[in-house]
Amino acid sequence: MDLSMLWYLVPSVIMFAAGVYGFVTRKNMIALLISLELMLNSADLNFVVFNRYLFPDMMEGMVFTLFAIAIAAAETAVAIAIIVNIYRAVGNTDINSVKKMKY
Amino acid sequence: MFGNILIWFVIVPVIMMAGLACCGNSNMKAIRAVMVTGSTVLLAMAIWLVVDFLALRAAGDTSEMLYTGSWMWYAPLNIHLAVGVDGISVLMLLLSAIIVFAGTFASWKIDPLPMNFFLWFCLLSTGVFGFFISIDMFTMFMFYEVALIPMYLLIGVWGTGRKEYSAMKLTLMLMGGSAFLMLGLLGIFWHSAPEGGQLTWNILEISHNNAIDPSWQRLLFCFTFVGFGVLGAMFPFHTWSPDGHACAPTAVSMLHAGVLMKLGGYGCFRIAIFLCPQAAQELAWIFIILTGISVVYGAFSACVQTDLKYINAYSSVSHCGMVLFAILMLNTTAMTGGILQMLSHGLMTALFFALIGMIYGRTHTRDIREMGGLMKIMPYLGVCYMIAGFASLGLPGMSGFVAEMTIFFGAFENNDLFHRIFVIAATTSIVITAVYILRVVGKLVLGPVQDEHHLKLTDASWWERLSTVTLIVCLAGIGFFPNWINETIQHSFAPIINALQNAI
Amino acid sequence: MDITLPILILALPFTMFLILGIGGVKMSRKLAGVLGICANGALLVMAYTVAFTYFFSGNPEFIVDGIRQQVQLYDVTWLAFTERLVVNIGFLLDPISAMMLIVITTISFMVHLYSWGYMEHEPGFQRYYAFLSLFTFSMLGLVVATNIFQMYIFWELVGVSSYLLIGFFYKLPSAVSASKKAFIVTRFADLFMLIGILVLSYYVAETPADGPLGGASAFNFLMLNSNPTNVLASTVGSTFLGGSVLTWAMILIFVGGMGKSAMMPLHIWLPDAMEGPTPVSALIHAATMVVAGVYLVARFFPLYLIVPDSLVFITVVGAITAFYAAVVACCQIDIKRILAFSTISQIAFMMVSLGVARPELHDGLGYMASMFHLFTHAMFKALLFLGAGALIHAVHSNNYTEMGGMRKYMPITHWTFLIGCLAIAGIFPFSGFWSKDEMLSAMYANNWIWGAWMTMVAGLTAFYMFRMYFRVFWWEENPHYKEHRPHDAPWQMSLPLIILATISVFAGFIPFGEFVTWNRAPYHIHIEMQVAITSIVVALIAIAFAGWLYLKKNDKPARMKAAFPGLWQAANRRFYWDEMYMFVTHKIIFNGICRAIAWFDRHIIDGTMNGLAAMTQFFSVKIKGMQNGSVQTYVLWYFFGALLLAAITWICLL
Repeated sequence: MDLSMLWYLVPSVIMFAAGVYGFVTRKNMIALLISLELMLNSADLNFVVFNRYLFPDMMEGMVFTLFAIAIAAAETAVAIAIIVNIYRAVGNTDINSVKKMKY
Repeated sequence: MFGNILIWFVIVPVIMMAGLACCGNSNMKAIRAVMVTGSTVLLAMAIWLVVDFLALRAAGDTSEMLYTGSWMWYAPLNIHLAVGVDGISVLMLLLSAIIVFAGTFASWKIDPLPMNFFLWFCLLSTGVFGFFISIDMFTMFMFYEVALIPMYLLIGVWGTGRKEYSAMKLTLMLMGGSAFLMLGLLGIFWHSAPEGGQLTWNILEISHNNAIDPSWQRLLFCFTFVGFGVLGAMFPFHTWSPDGHACAPTAVSMLHAGVLMKLGGYGCFRIAIFLCPQAAQELAWIFIILTGISVVYGAFSACVQTDLKYINAYSSVSHCGMVLFAILMLNTTAMTGGILQMLSHGLMTALFFALIGMIYGRTHTRDIREMGGLMKIMPYLGVCYMIAGFASLGLPGMSGFVAEMTIFFGAFENNDLFHRIFVIAATTSIVITAVYILRVVGKLVLGPVQDEHHLKLTDASWWERLSTVTLIVCLAGIGFFPNWINETIQHSFAPIINALQNAI
Repeated sequence: MDITLPILILALPFTMFLILGIGGVKMSRKLAGVLGICANGALLVMAYTVAFTYFFSGNPEFIVDGIRQQVQLYDVTWLAFTERLVVNIGFLLDPISAMMLIVITTISFMVHLYSWGYMEHEPGFQRYYAFLSLFTFSMLGLVVATNIFQMYIFWELVGVSSYLLIGFFYKLPSAVSASKKAFIVTRFADLFMLIGILVLSYYVAETPADGPLGGASAFNFLMLNSNPTNVLASTVGSTFLGGSVLTWAMILIFVGGMGKSAMMPLHIWLPDAMEGPTPVSALIHAATMVVAGVYLVARFFPLYLIVPDSLVFITVVGAITAFYAAVVACCQIDIKRILAFSTISQIAFMMVSLGVARPELHDGLGYMASMFHLFTHAMFKALLFLGAGALIHAVHSNNYTEMGGMRKYMPITHWTFLIGCLAIAGIFPFSGFWSKDEMLSAMYANNWIWGAWMTMVAGLTAFYMFRMYFRVFWWEENPHYKEHRPHDAPWQMSLPLIILATISVFAGFIPFGEFVTWNRAPYHIHIEMQVAITSIVVALIAIAFAGWLYLKKNDKPARMKAAFPGLWQAANRRFYWDEMYMFVTHKIIFNGICRAIAWFDRHIIDGTMNGLAAMTQFFSVKIKGMQNGSVQTYVLWYFFGALLLAAITWICLL
């Protein structure tokens, strides 16, 4: 068991970077949502890893991660609901077609 | 608190607003009843105040301010609602009451939304009255802002012409002025007491403490003077005035030129000069140049305008420039003249704007090239216009003459070339004023009738007559018996002159 | 002396102004006319009582050891600028003010009476009488002023009443512009007067309080005139551009007088002022208001004596004006204009006479002569104007080309007019002879150049007056009158003519020197035969020349005109002074300065303000583009921002 923390953190950064890239470049709202989840999961991963390596005798990081996963699920549900409604209203799920929100 | 009469000058307009709110827009009779009662009460209170003030003074009360009262409002910053009046503020209150009274009758048939119009009108008066009774800088500033904001709506909704543009311009420029003012007032507050003393907003206490460092005074004097100067239409911050006046409805023009512009001059000596006397001695020359330019520049600009309201707005720039010019001469006579000029200009411009409103209401044009010979069609308004014109160009027997002469004689007491040059330049304005006034009178009131349709127009109705007669009587009253006003003002300047002399 | 009458003298005309001005609309013409005339008659009686009491009562209040005293009947504080500069309104009685009381009320009453006939059919009859009352009030206030400032107050009021009366026919654009011109030109002159008063006031107030002035009211004429060198002690040593400050102040004050008295180059308003009703021209622009400038100099005479340079200035201005106006008067067609220029010329005569007066020359004869001429001139010039009014009333034209042979139709007018002409020409024994002779003596005493110059002007005066007289009353009858016979005016108009003519005949025999002199001590008038004979001969030659040209219809005038077309044209157009003023005021001041400033205001000053607003808007539009609603852009910016913050933290921490 001498995997250093780096073995976990590098994939986490890659996941996060992929998430940001996906969020900025994709047009489909579902894809955006997936990218968002990716970023969220990379953050969760960090929590777990830091907890495990830095404070092995405490559980806060783990608990927060579980908490965040639950929240993310709820949030995804809401987001999907909004996207479905937008699809009904606009006819597609292109992010550029809902710029009216700025007003 | 309610035993102090000064507070009632603010409460009465608020009660009027409450009364108006109950009336609704369609009940014109009730609205008028509220307004007439309210403004009459205000006028009666102001007259009573002047009489009582003079009686107290005659009885030997020599304190700086009378009817003083102070109630803590926000302790951490030591903000009070502090009131008190001297001879000058008493006269300013009277002037405001007269103009509110005349303005009520001048907007007898305001349309649309009469209730809302008068509501804002009353709010404006609240601000004006509150400003003149306050001796606490914070409440003073607050009332100042209260007076400014209703202008935006009054012009924007009930105005004519490019009203949105003008309302926006006026509000923004005056707000810019108050930004400077706020900085200046805060600065004065933070330096108001010597090291370790209790900071205060109260003007009298600040002047007694006399704790503002000279280097700070210079900065604060400039900030406060420019801040108030913008409202006093000081060159080059005057351009809100022509557009604003041109688009404002009659009563608002009256109140604005008649009273609100006086707030500027009043603040200049009550705060800028009184609290920063040393800086005033050192830096007055900068503003003498600017106001000297205002005086001549406004008069020349008025000569070529064709819109009646523009002519008057530029003439206001010239006359209000004269007010600030006089105040900057820093001696009793000239400053007294400045206050007389405020009173005179207030009444006269209110009369002018009232008449212009009445003429515009009939002919639906304000272009002097399209009108002529109104003396034949509406002799009453024509005669009034000529009287207002004569008051403006300084006919003896009218208030303008008294004011201008006092200013010139006082200003001439400063025996150095710089002052002399500017005084003589300012005296030329009496000729230029004659030129533009007679130009308008000649084209508008006299001469042949320009437009056949005008022949059917009617002369003034009773409420219009009441409004104009009130103002004319006051103009002539000051013109014939100036001395009691003169003395009242002169005595009130003693503390300011003392402060200035101690600062040398 | 009881002060009731002096108070009433000022209060009555003002009250009449208010009554007729405010209530006139509701009155019938007849009531307004009768009211105005009665009030003025009462005023006449009161003024005469006061003046005669002053001159003849021998009361020690008024005359001590043969020296007439200056008496302040009342003097109440009107406005206190400072403790030392206090403006009072009061009533000063001294020889010149008493004399002016007589002149003003007499002419004013004549004009009131005359106007009843002349203005009978004009609309605004009540307004006319109200303005006349206002004018009478202001003029009386001016002459009885106890201090410079009271004088200035009424000086302005006189200007306004003149404005109102010139513009009486307010529907005529020409009348409106003439009134405007009169007011603005005199206002311009008053500006200089005001500056002069300011200068004077400054030095007067500088005088120590324990000095001769004592305490308050430093402007007071009594104090100023009784001991001028002491009062103005503080001016000594102050100079400006090479002249002493006092000289400058006195010249500036005189410029005010130049405006009111229509001296060159501020004379341009007076000929145009003839647009007003003719009786008004007689009252204001011939007899009373225009001599205010002369009165001003006379009032300040002790001060002018301290600075003789300013008296030389007055003399030069007067001499040039007198000659100029006389030449122009020779080439006018409008009879009222001829009279207007003759007025300018005669007032200039008085000015020269004052300017040459010195105590050491015949005991200050020039001063007495000037006041004497002021008196006689007021009478005969009012007569001439009223006569001209009668002519205009009959013919409905101002031009003499429409007249001719009028002596048959209008005998009263003819005889009275002839008396007026003889008086102004200075023929023995008419009043003008006596006063003009004294003036010429005073001028010769100072310097023969002034005497000779003004004798020449006197000759021109006789010429142009008789040119008009012959052309109007002789020449050839206008055939038009066969159908429309002009006739003499009604009695209201004829009576004043007759009264004034009588005065003009006999006024010369008044021993004027007994009453009015510069030091208020009596002076015995004596005729200098050389001067008298010279001036009479010159006048007779001029009259004969005028008769040779104009007695019968002939073509000599036309040939003369053709011989010097340029000169005639120039003189007829008043040597282009009006055009010059037009150029300066309209082209340079109005277009060059006013328009430029208005443009500057709209485009530069306001442009800056609008520019600030536009700039704010510009940037806000630019920045607004970033708020484009695209979530992805926001995230990108957010991402970069986070990176930036991280970088900053990194740099700061390491």
